[in-house]
Amino acid sequence: MSTPTTNPLLRAWYDKETRSVIIQIIAAALIISFFAYIINNAVTNLAAIGKDINFGFLWQNASYDINQSLIEYSSTSSHFKAMIVGLINTLLVAVAGIFLATILGFLLGIMRLSSNWLTQKIAYVYIEYIRNVPVLLHILLLYGVILNALPRPKSSYNLNDTFFLNNRGLQMPSPEFESLFWVVAAFLVGGLAFSLWFKRYAKKIQDATGKIYPVGMISIGAIVLLPMAVYFLIGSPIVWDVPALKGFNFKGGIVLRPEFIALWLALSLYTAAFIGEIVRAGIIAISHGQTEAAQALGLSNSFILKLVVIPQALRVIIPPLTSQYLNLAKNSSLALAIGYMDVVATIGGISLNQTGREMECMLIVMAIYLAMSLLISSVMNWYNDRIQLVER
Amino acid sequence: MKLINKVLTGVALTAMTATAAQASTLEDVRAADELKCVVTTGLAGFAAPNAAGRWEGFDADFCRAVAAAVLGDGDKVKFVPSTGKTRFTMLNSGEGDILFRNTTETLSRDVDLKLSFLPVNFYDGQGFMVPASLGVSSALELDGASVCIQTGTTTELNLADYFRTNGMSYEPVAIETNEEGFTNYVAGRCDVYTTDASGLASTRAKFEDPTQHLVLPEIISKEPLGGAVRHGDDQWADIGKWVVNALINAEEMGITQANAMNLASNVGNNPGINRLVGSEGTMGEMLGLGPKWAAQAIAAVGNYGEIYERNVGPNTPLEIGRGLNNLWNKGGVLYAAPIR
Ligand SMILES: N[C@@H](CCC(=O)N[C@@H](CS)C(=O)NCC(=O)O)C(=O)O
Repeated sequence: MSTPTTNPLLRAWYDKETRSVIIQIIAAALIISFFAYIINNAVTNLAAIGKDINFGFLWQNASYDINQSLIEYSSTSSHFKAMIVGLINTLLVAVAGIFLATILGFLLGIMRLSSNWLTQKIAYVYIEYIRNVPVLLHILLLYGVILNALPRPKSSYNLNDTFFLNNRGLQMPSPEFESLFWVVAAFLVGGLAFSLWFKRYAKKIQDATGKIYPVGMISIGAIVLLPMAVYFLIGSPIVWDVPALKGFNFKGGIVLRPEFIALWLALSLYTAAFIGEIVRAGIIAISHGQTEAAQALGLSNSFILKLVVIPQALRVIIPPLTSQYLNLAKNSSLALAIGYMDVVATIGGISLNQTGREMECMLIVMAIYLAMSLLISSVMNWYNDRIQLVER
Repeated sequence: MKLINKVLTGVALTAMTATAAQASTLEDVRAADELKCVVTTGLAGFAAPNAAGRWEGFDADFCRAVAAAVLGDGDKVKFVPSTGKTRFTMLNSGEGDILFRNTTETLSRDVDLKLSFLPVNFYDGQGFMVPASLGVSSALELDGASVCIQTGTTTELNLADYFRTNGMSYEPVAIETNEEGFTNYVAGRCDVYTTDASGLASTRAKFEDPTQHLVLPEIISKEPLGGAVRHGDDQWADIGKWVVNALINAEEMGITQANAMNLASNVGNNPGINRLVGSEGTMGEMLGLGPKWAAQAIAAVGNYGEIYERNVGPNTPLEIGRGLNNLWNKGGVLYAAPIR
């Protein structure tokens, strides 16, 4: 190695920068040839059995039914529509899951730091149990419990003749809006706008005079109480479509199916355990000196949390939280195991199989998950940038 | 740099071999000395591992027959379990050489999914099973029911058509395998289980008291079940086709598991039998197989009738009568092309 060499190639190799360029070229060449190889392989093999790559099938009739659809869909709709139905179902469970996991996760994180021995241990045991069992098992377990522990439709748990719980799901009344409802809607939007404005206004006053308005209370009044009062004043312009047992199943209302409930709860409970640890770490990361300093200023405990601890902890929490959200969204594809009709089950499953368009369908599914993940990351990055320390 | 050269040449070479792959399936099977046969994940009577782990059933026997014809040994089969959804991909991607999995021949599967179907070996139709306690006696009373269906099957398409045509609504509950369908049905997630009538017979036989479950009288579709191979290898498709035909013809001619090898080693005075068992003529050679290809297949699993009786017939838990699956001259529709 140390013997000086006259070979120009070898000398280039010993030069750090040239070497790194060479290595990069080789790496790029290898990666390109790898992809060229697999793409070529796929195309050749498809050609050998006489298949091409063609997305035209998307406009043909899907010919199959889907049990959960938030948009109009029937077996005469196209495969494209089936894909949209699946996509909406994926988004539904992902968003609902992120929502519930976040609430539970923050709760767990705070419980873990509680000075109450029991509270702390409960959270600890929960977190350790949940995150050390694969999420697929949680899904299957919950699904099995729902199917076997809950009664059949005829002997449903009945709440007030409006809510029914059985092993076909949770049947709930669905709202049907009458024409006068727009008045309530207008008050709702107005209340929202007012609260946004009032929050800014209150901050300005506080900055100028130090006077603190009860922003939260006033906002609730504007967004919730006032529209509610209006709603009752003009005679409750919503009729509820209440589910009722007809024949085999409940008709009317909306239903959260066992597949949705199992997937939603399992994903939320599982991800919440991880979020709990992230929240705990985030809060611990804020040095105790900060809290003491705030106490010395005479701030109340809730103000210390709100103004000193949480804003700083969020900076630590957001990046790992993002990856938990991404995990949850991607894990939702485990829907496959229990037949929840998500995007993998529709376009990546039934459509794929009925049309034999494996390549096309898998490309679509991959593109959808990629887009979804990028969307979540960019929203979280935007939020992260917003709460970062503004350095002056 | 030499190393890098080697690596690059290696990559280029593998790329080239991959392109040049796609040798004939027959050669591949011979080289591996094993037939990879795509079957169900487990449907008693058709293909399911027994207590000792040996695959048994109607479809499993057809796999063995092909292996015996090609490799001379009916046990040289590797069974590849597949769901309704994965079976065609598995066949087309080369994970299997041949498919025997309760598979209905349809135009789109033949043309669009690029399969070559072998002759029909089981005439079936889609039916419904309900718990007797439900008090339903016709499929037309099923409006609003929850129905368990296996995805990736003709079943789910027929079901959509049937309910639509009859102006009824239903809640489809999609499941992957027969086992899952059974579990969901037992748990009451669905009121009705629908699949091929043969599959219902097999599933119903699993209940402690099968009389608690009713198969409704309506058969809503035609399900001609048969084996399949990939498009584009005519020789291999021919082999599959003629093994099936040979098994059916053997029943017609009285060639059985017990006498097949005997007949093959002595030239008898029935030229039809001689040609089939290979004591005369060059049928095997034309297919690229040995002269006793058909005799080996029959000796391994028996003729069509023997396969049927052993796995799904009236004396098995499935109790499926011969019906359409009888020979043409015995009231059925089995009419195999002659071996000549
Ligand atoms: N014949 C239909 C249905 C085939 C099918 O899925 N059959 C079921 C029951 S008859 C089966 O074989 N299940 C076995 C398994 O779950 O692996 C088709 O080809 O699409």
